[in-house]
Amino acid sequence: MSEPAITRAEVSHLARLARINLDDDELDHLAAELPIILDHVRVVESAAGDDVLAMSHPLPISNVFRADETRPGLTTDEALAGAPASEQDRFLVPKILEAE
Amino acid sequence: MTSDLIRLSAAELASRLEAQDVSSVDIVEAHLQRIEDVDGTIRAFLHVDAEGALATAREIDGRRAAGERLPTLAGVPIAVKDVLATKGLPTTAGSRILEGWIAPYDATVTTRLKAAGLPILGKTNMDEFAMGSSTEHSGYGPTHNPWDIERIPGGSGGGSAAAVAAFEAPLAIGTDTGGSIRQPAAMTGSVGVKPTYGGVSRHGLIALASSLDQAGPVTRSVLDAALLHEVIGGHDPHDSTSIDRPLPDLVGAARRADVKGLRIGVIRELGGEGFDPDVVERFEESLDLLRGAGAEVIEVSCPSFVHALAAYYLILPSEASSNLARFDAMRYGLRVTPEDDPSAEQVMAATRDAGFGAEVKRRIILGTYALSSGYYDAYYGSAQKVRTLIADDFAAAFAMVDVLASPTSPTTAFRFGDKLDDPLSMYAQDVATIPANLAGVPGMSLPSGVAANGLPTGIQFLAPAMADDRLYNVGAALEAMLLEQWGAPILSKAPALEVV
Repeated sequence: MSEPAITRAEVSHLARLARINLDDDELDHLAAELPIILDHVRVVESAAGDDVLAMSHPLPISNVFRADETRPGLTTDEALAGAPASEQDRFLVPKILEAE
Repeated sequence: MTSDLIRLSAAELASRLEAQDVSSVDIVEAHLQRIEDVDGTIRAFLHVDAEGALATAREIDGRRAAGERLPTLAGVPIAVKDVLATKGLPTTAGSRILEGWIAPYDATVTTRLKAAGLPILGKTNMDEFAMGSSTEHSGYGPTHNPWDIERIPGGSGGGSAAAVAAFEAPLAIGTDTGGSIRQPAAMTGSVGVKPTYGGVSRHGLIALASSLDQAGPVTRSVLDAALLHEVIGGHDPHDSTSIDRPLPDLVGAARRADVKGLRIGVIRELGGEGFDPDVVERFEESLDLLRGAGAEVIEVSCPSFVHALAAYYLILPSEASSNLARFDAMRYGLRVTPEDDPSAEQVMAATRDAGFGAEVKRRIILGTYALSSGYYDAYYGSAQKVRTLIADDFAAAFAMVDVLASPTSPTTAFRFGDKLDDPLSMYAQDVATIPANLAGVPGMSLPSGVAANGLPTGIQFLAPAMADDRLYNVGAALEAMLLEQWGAPILSKAPALEVV
């Protein structure tokens, strides 16, 4: 039996990185499921030789710029219309820094 | 009258509108009635905009009566997958995290539909953020297959495919990241096209995997798909990956429908193990018809396609985990606030836990893993190399043939719950459709027949990038021959839906 590709503790760490509060059931479920999926997808490791270049995109991409001129955009009211909370024409968000 | 109107193709509706035999208001009302009658069962729509659709219809009727020359599809109604922004209408992408969100702007696809005068009937159901092959991962419950309401309609665009197949809309828009237009088309006996990557603007399409996503038509005929593709396609300065070249003549290709001398490559790697015998049989019969019409059918090998699914399930979650970081509970959408004066980070984590479904969480975690340092080269980097190999396989194949062919999906529509606890088996639904997304080439699925279990099967054609017209030519040719053989459109073989 080989090492599982990913452990429960790692799933928990990844969930924290991804900012998702997973409960115990969800962690158990994913810890059981992800190794199976990873076992399946890891064939890519041996599929291509070192000489093969990575392809990130189907098209050759270059930067596309528009003319640097003012254009109409969303109004403040439109931009804030879907906000969970707003105040004085701004998005109102919870505290970002923890108190000491 | 009503039942007549809902069964007409978009092309037929367009010519009757042009001749002023019928009004757009009549057509829209007939479809709204149909939605009322059957959507309680099918659940193709997440939101119906009767008022908006009728307002557009009235405007188009007025302009036509005044003698104005209008675009071909003006007055023909359409359903739009809920992943595309529609100003003033709910846009949820099938997720609870966007419940109640009203888009403040139109996607370019939406803008073009409006400019061409198509009344928008509403927004269609989908797997959450387009992650799935059955619509069972929708945050709002599944859509049912009009052929058998105990079965899935395919996904992620099951709502658009079911709406068209159940005659709730003559046209629909889908999006295809790994098969989400083509597989539902195969499951429901409809036609679906994934255009060349960059051929249709992604502006206003809520991103799943930005290097794979592409919007396209879902219809009941190949000609209708071509008409719709020409409305939504073409360069858009709002999308930096939009191709700045004119579309090929798609409608002309659909009308030409001539395969004499066309070289069709059958992909050896797609159609063997894991494919239902009935699906393969209908596929072979379609090839026989094409041979009979003068096409040359040869077998080609695309050896790297066997790794496409694995590469896709690293690339997609990686891009998705990054794209879905925007759902942070700060600027729009759901906000869940835990007790005791939580920090922004705690609010984010609680919101994303409550707002995302199981499949979305699974893929975000998988993508976060594949992108994390120490694993990046082994997983994401290797997957991107496989992508190169797949593009090389396509290039080699298209040096020998004009189009490629395979069954669209390995199976017919399965029952609800059958694959829900087995993500790998669900993912395998897209084994034949994924290579096109990885390489950016266009693909079409159209019905190839009915299996012994009474459910439709699909055949897929693939063409080189920017040669979408070849799909319409070969698709329309096969469609005409199959129609002659069947004696009636395939959807007439579906059991009648109970009107509630």
